[in-house]
Amino acid sequence: MSFPWAKEYTPQNGVMKFFDEKLPLPRFIYNAVGAGYPVPRNLSYFWNFGVLAGFFLVLQIVTGVVLAMHYAANTQVAFATVEHIARDVNWGWLMRYTHANGASFFFVVIYIHIFRGLFYASYKPPREMIWLIGVVIFLLMMATAFMGYVLPWGQMSFWGAQVITGLFEAIPLVGPPLKTWLLGGFAPDNAALNRFFSLHFLLPFVIAGAVILHIWALHIPGSSNPTGVEVKTESDTVPFHPYYTAKDGFGLGVALIVFMTFVFFLPNTLGHPDNYIEANPLSTPAHIVPEWYFYPFYAILRAFTFDFILPAKLWGVLAMFSAILVWFFLPWLDKGPVRSGHYRPLFRKFFWFGLIPVMAVLFYCGGAPAEEPYVMISQIATAYYFLHFLVILPIISSIERPDPLPFSITEAVLGSDKKAVLGENAEPVAT
Amino acid sequence: MASTTGIADTTPDVTEGVEGEDGVRRRDFINIAAVSAAGVGGLAVLLPLVSQMAPSKDVLAESTTELDISSLDVGQSIKAVFRKQPIFVRRLTPAEIEAANAVNTSSLRDPQTLEERTKPGHESVLVVMGVCTHLGCVPLGAQEGENKGEFGGYFCPCHGSHYDTAARIRKGPAPSNLVVPDYEFTSDTTLVIG
Repeated sequence: MSFPWAKEYTPQNGVMKFFDEKLPLPRFIYNAVGAGYPVPRNLSYFWNFGVLAGFFLVLQIVTGVVLAMHYAANTQVAFATVEHIARDVNWGWLMRYTHANGASFFFVVIYIHIFRGLFYASYKPPREMIWLIGVVIFLLMMATAFMGYVLPWGQMSFWGAQVITGLFEAIPLVGPPLKTWLLGGFAPDNAALNRFFSLHFLLPFVIAGAVILHIWALHIPGSSNPTGVEVKTESDTVPFHPYYTAKDGFGLGVALIVFMTFVFFLPNTLGHPDNYIEANPLSTPAHIVPEWYFYPFYAILRAFTFDFILPAKLWGVLAMFSAILVWFFLPWLDKGPVRSGHYRPLFRKFFWFGLIPVMAVLFYCGGAPAEEPYVMISQIATAYYFLHFLVILPIISSIERPDPLPFSITEAVLGSDKKAVLGENAEPVAT
Repeated sequence: MASTTGIADTTPDVTEGVEGEDGVRRRDFINIAAVSAAGVGGLAVLLPLVSQMAPSKDVLAESTTELDISSLDVGQSIKAVFRKQPIFVRRLTPAEIEAANAVNTSSLRDPQTLEERTKPGHESVLVVMGVCTHLGCVPLGAQEGENKGEFGGYFCPCHGSHYDTAARIRKGPAPSNLVVPDYEFTSDTTLVIG
């Protein structure tokens, strides 16, 4: 589906005409990211991050396939093959650091993408399905990133695998045998390393499939926009190409400058030095932490230190998973009719002065040692995190009185939209 | 985004497809420059992606092999490994040398004399890669009791190439003689290959 004024694809020559009749792939691309996709004219740079996430997915797949040509998933040699990649393979250092930092940047852009969605309430009808698929993609990314981090078989790899599979042990009754089954042994070893490698290779392609569904679902209602007002007339939109290909291209250039600065000059800054020590099943590093992008969820995991009906360990695991699963219910927890945070004074306050600081605190505590005062701070922040989504958001969205919305996107941009107001514009959209 | 169509001062109206008076609009220039820069960048990215599949430094480091041939008697051969491929070293008998020199080189598929295929002063030591030039099988004949083919040199069982005592192709599908690698004698009995 698209807006009635979307440009129709017309093949320019015989070859393209042949293609269009037999396999309309160019038409598909044209309607997806070409001139055939009308997009709100007022998108800010926050709308750049979906494209950036897509770029980093492709980058991770390309560099990952290259690394897999030189890596060996065997505990005897895995650590050495990573050094071999960095030292012997032509341009291997570039491939390795691009892949390692690419994972970090993938999460940077995905977090901005998610919090864009939270602030502008992009999850609201009619875009619930886009949001739900997005949360699935995020979960797949977490699994993929975790298993990828195990592959270099350093100390952090090994103990990360031990700890994360240990989460499953908390499940009543089936927990311990489940962990043994996941690892193919009693501790991370060759069997675990091999299956993690296999799945780490597979999951990005599953993510790519989910991304296609995500974009498909997006193209049914069309993109949201910073006002949250739906597209009404043709003057509210511009074709994706060339307007947003150019804008996203510029954003991509800026992102690449920042990214390559890390790859070239700070390649290990986002990693952990202990992962340059080969895995040793007999000695845990004094301070083990996950990769930085898991810090907030790791803080929630560690916030539960007391048994209450259920054991503390199970509470921690449940809370950590719930912290993401709660996002699945957002379209129904947020009851307000207005989407954009710009027109929701109360919602906006709780977003900037509630949720964002709490995420920052959780982020900090997740990287801090498991001792006071960080444990108590994590507990308070965790409580607020769930309070925000389960109590504050439903209440404020029910009681708040939103600011007046612009009549249309065009009015928000130009100050007036006479054509649409006076009914002189093209056919209105059926919503 | 308010005025997506307003640009260069020289062009009064710049709706799509309308050209300025000089034929090139500022927007065209920016467009061409940006796409060219991205194109050059994209091509530069291909270099590491292609190059990473070439032999890595540790593989290249294996590219010389030292060989002691002091125990190699006349008429004997040894097999060694050079770049993960077999190499044959044979100390030819006077009869074999004579047989090799008796051939009219112009009648050969890959004309070469025995002299050209050995080092001066060591004409009896023939060093060749044990890799058939047809499709890469290891020819027989380096070990005692193996089939040496119709010309007393090497015989490739895969597709039936016969090499003579100077390891020159004489019969069968192989296009050229067994390759003589780069090597030198560092002493009378020591070879450095590669």
